[in-house]
Amino acid sequence: MTKQERIKIPRQEMPLQDKLIRRCNFEEVSLGLSEALAIKEAERCLQCKKPKCVEGCPVGVLIPQFIKALRKGDINESIRVMKIKNNLPAVCGRICPQETQCERNCFLGKTGEPVAIGRLERYIGDYELSRRTCPMVKPRDTGKKVAVVGSGPAGIACAVDLGREGHRVTIFESLHLPGGVLIYGIPEFRLPKSVVHSEIDYAVQCLGIEIKTDHIIGRTVTLDELLEEYDAVFIGTGAGLPNFMKIPGINYSGVMSANEFLTRINLMKAYRFPEYDTPVRIGGRVAVIGAGNVAMDSARCAVRLQKSMGMKSGEVHVIYRRSRDEVPARLEEFHHAEEEGIIFDFLTSPVEIIGDINGNVTGIKCIRMKLGDADISGRKKPVPVANSEFTIDVDTVIMALGTSPNPVVFTNNGNLRRTNDGTVVAGNETGRTSRERLWAGGDVVTGSATVISAMGAGKRAAADIHRFLSGEVS
Amino acid sequence: MYTILEKQALNDVVKLMVVKAPHVARKAGAGQFVIVKIDDFGERVPLTIADFDRRAGTVTIIFQEVGKSTKHLGALNSGDKLATFAGPLGHPTEIKRYGAVICVAGGVGIAPVYPIAKALKQAGNVVISIIGARNKGLLFWEERMRTVSDELIVCTDDGSYGRKAVVTEPLKEILSAKNISHVWAIGPAIMMKFVSMLTKEFNVPTVVSLNTIMIDGTGMCGGCRVLLDEGAKFVCVDGPEFDGHKIDWDSLLSRQRIYRDEELIASGRWEHICNLDKAVSGDKDK
Ligand SMILES: Cc1cc2nc3c(=O)[nH]c(=O)nc-3n(C[C@H](O)[C@H](O)[C@H](O)COP(=O)(O)OP(=O)(O)OC[C@H]3O[C@@H](n4cnc5c(N)ncnc54)[C@H](O)[C@@H]3O)c2cc1C
Ligand SMILES: Cc1cc2nc3c(=O)[nH]c(=O)nc-3n(C[C@H](O)[C@H](O)[C@H](O)COP(=O)(O)OP(=O)(O)OC[C@H]3O[C@@H](n4cnc5c(N)ncnc54)[C@H](O)[C@@H]3O)c2cc1C
Ligand code: SF4
Ligand code: SF4
Ligand code: FES
Repeated sequence: MTKQERIKIPRQEMPLQDKLIRRCNFEEVSLGLSEALAIKEAERCLQCKKPKCVEGCPVGVLIPQFIKALRKGDINESIRVMKIKNNLPAVCGRICPQETQCERNCFLGKTGEPVAIGRLERYIGDYELSRRTCPMVKPRDTGKKVAVVGSGPAGIACAVDLGREGHRVTIFESLHLPGGVLIYGIPEFRLPKSVVHSEIDYAVQCLGIEIKTDHIIGRTVTLDELLEEYDAVFIGTGAGLPNFMKIPGINYSGVMSANEFLTRINLMKAYRFPEYDTPVRIGGRVAVIGAGNVAMDSARCAVRLQKSMGMKSGEVHVIYRRSRDEVPARLEEFHHAEEEGIIFDFLTSPVEIIGDINGNVTGIKCIRMKLGDADISGRKKPVPVANSEFTIDVDTVIMALGTSPNPVVFTNNGNLRRTNDGTVVAGNETGRTSRERLWAGGDVVTGSATVISAMGAGKRAAADIHRFLSGEVS
Repeated sequence: MYTILEKQALNDVVKLMVVKAPHVARKAGAGQFVIVKIDDFGERVPLTIADFDRRAGTVTIIFQEVGKSTKHLGALNSGDKLATFAGPLGHPTEIKRYGAVICVAGGVGIAPVYPIAKALKQAGNVVISIIGARNKGLLFWEERMRTVSDELIVCTDDGSYGRKAVVTEPLKEILSAKNISHVWAIGPAIMMKFVSMLTKEFNVPTVVSLNTIMIDGTGMCGGCRVLLDEGAKFVCVDGPEFDGHKIDWDSLLSRQRIYRDEELIASGRWEHICNLDKAVSGDKDK
């Protein structure tokens, strides 16, 4: 095929569940490419000599190589190439913000649509999960012991890479299931939990990694105790502490953090109450504050709960202080949310939550905003418009305003250097902290970021820990 | 999985269980709690650590059967296993030599008050304890409480045992008569509210242990938040003990009711399943 012919092939659309049907269930929205579609999409790639796409990927997936193998039909080779850099293709293919990472840099994107790298990645990831053709092998035991705290993407990536070097790895997780945000935060309709469980089980079985759930580091065991027992310790505890807006009324019944709402639904399966014991309360008029991934997930879960409870007139609002162009969520999720009937109130900021005498939410008072000059981050700063207050009648308010690191893990660790935001200070290339034999990476270092950047940090720390354990560096 | 080693009924609705959980026993302290989840379908239920044995690696919990989860737990027996037993969570009680102290317990609150009273007594305090329940059948551990108290007052709402009174009545008399330096109160939120209002009048510092609704119990959902004078706090990581004089009790009480409808559904469904089971096993007996 010539370059011109490749360029002419249109980007292959992802088959989706119909928008009216999917609003009523929690099943996956994107159905995955068929083999024919995947190969057709793979044919679009120009196999650039200097592939810019790779630079856009935080872990440097060998994109042209995996696509080349895929279109030759050698999927095993494609997976092998993928796993050199990324162990969780079925996860990343689904939820990386490709439009700001690999696909943004794709050469084809300059004139037309970029190669659907994420969709192809998901395709081979799913193929591998259903066939298990490319198992990792456990090398000779080095006898060195490493403790990994937290089983989110950062912890898992770090543990897997250390396991591949033959170190004895134990993961400590405070919840009853491993996976971090992938399990408790991101909903089933975007990332089926079976995918996460099987990716983790597979890696753990191949490499003999031990996962101790129900262990809250800082309470059950302290970091100091881990440092006594293990040769190295990695902290990947994420940024799980929810922020509440400092406005009156946040304690009314019906106001909750997105973390509470999503944890009830995803970790505890409240959407299947009473089959599962944990309930979740949602009214007919919901306001979600914020417009990141967390807000989209909350709003889309809210719609689904309303529909599954048979509410005909349910309404879900997303209240965001900037405009449509600044929405930080993954583009695809924003589009899907709009399709599912979520109402977006842009340039709007809450000033007060209103409740009745029984302590239940009845409304949210907001003020209109306009975009002013750019702030230090380069984004236009929203400023309130005088005398523009108005009230939206709601019975449920979900705060999706970002999170910071949960400090429990740091109990009695005053000497570990942290910033004013509570994040751990750690070297970007090594993950080293201010304490000896203690590494950190992922959201606990950067604040809320992405799955693949957390995995990248876990891998870089694993490489440094390995150098340290094998005596290459001290 | 965590094995139940022992089970006792303390009265018709309060059960005691000893659970094998060495990772929790290692660090447990009075005033802390665990999160228990029965099986894959279960919810995460917070329960106070009533006692522990580090050498045996066991933790004792005491719970009142009020809804689906606690009734289900109460139906398990020694040898059965629990899916999750995580902890110890929250901060331990601050035990010091305060002088003369009062420990007030309502209902199942007797269980968490006992280790606190015991530790306070060992630290050299004069301990006056008041335990109360709706009726005689709901009381337990009177003798145990007596062994760690210099003075023990027992009351029931209906007068079926001890003095006919709510706990705040004897409390008020003692506060008026004696110089008390600290009060602990654990029980239903409404009881802790009235104890705190009373001790505030007498200016006696008061520690309460809050039992808000919880999900994770590790500080990541904010579902357990409570409003204090200085702003919102998370009961699971900042508590569970707080200064009773700083709490916005009305907000706490209304937040506890959020899931009342769902709790009734879950509990009704559980009883229905139990009755079916009984009917089936009854058939077998015949
Ligand atoms: C709702 C939601 C949607 C998102 N959507 C996307 C998306 O579409 N694409 C994307 O790229 N990113 C998305 N993100 C961001 C992404 O999930 C995170 O950046 C990523 O999960 C961070 O990984 P991590 O390993 O650092 O931490 P986490 O995933 O947060 O994992 C940390 C783990 O550590 C455990 N832990 C915490 N404290 C302790 C302790 N003291 N002891 C033991 N264990 C502890 C936690 O229970 C948790 O399991 C989303 C985030 C959320 C919340
Ligand atoms: C830190 C902490 C420690 C606790 N320690 C103990 C303990 O040692 N022993 C014990 O018996 N209970 C304790 N509780 C309360 C216990 O967690 C609840 O009773 C339990 O979750 C009820 O679950 P359920 O499914 O059986 O009842 P549900 O169906 O959830 O509730 C049934 C009824 O109980 C009320 N209720 C629900 N949750 C609570 C609560 N947290 N506090 C008070 N009333 C509630 C409901 O309003 C409803 O009327 C503690 C709670 C916390 C937060
Ligand atoms: S890991 Fe994410 S950013 Fe990297 S190539 Fe895959 S989809 Fe793109
Ligand atoms: S930049 Fe685009 S076309 Fe070029 S190699 Fe990467 S994916 Fe293929
Ligand atoms: S129970 Fe979730 S923060 Fe306390």
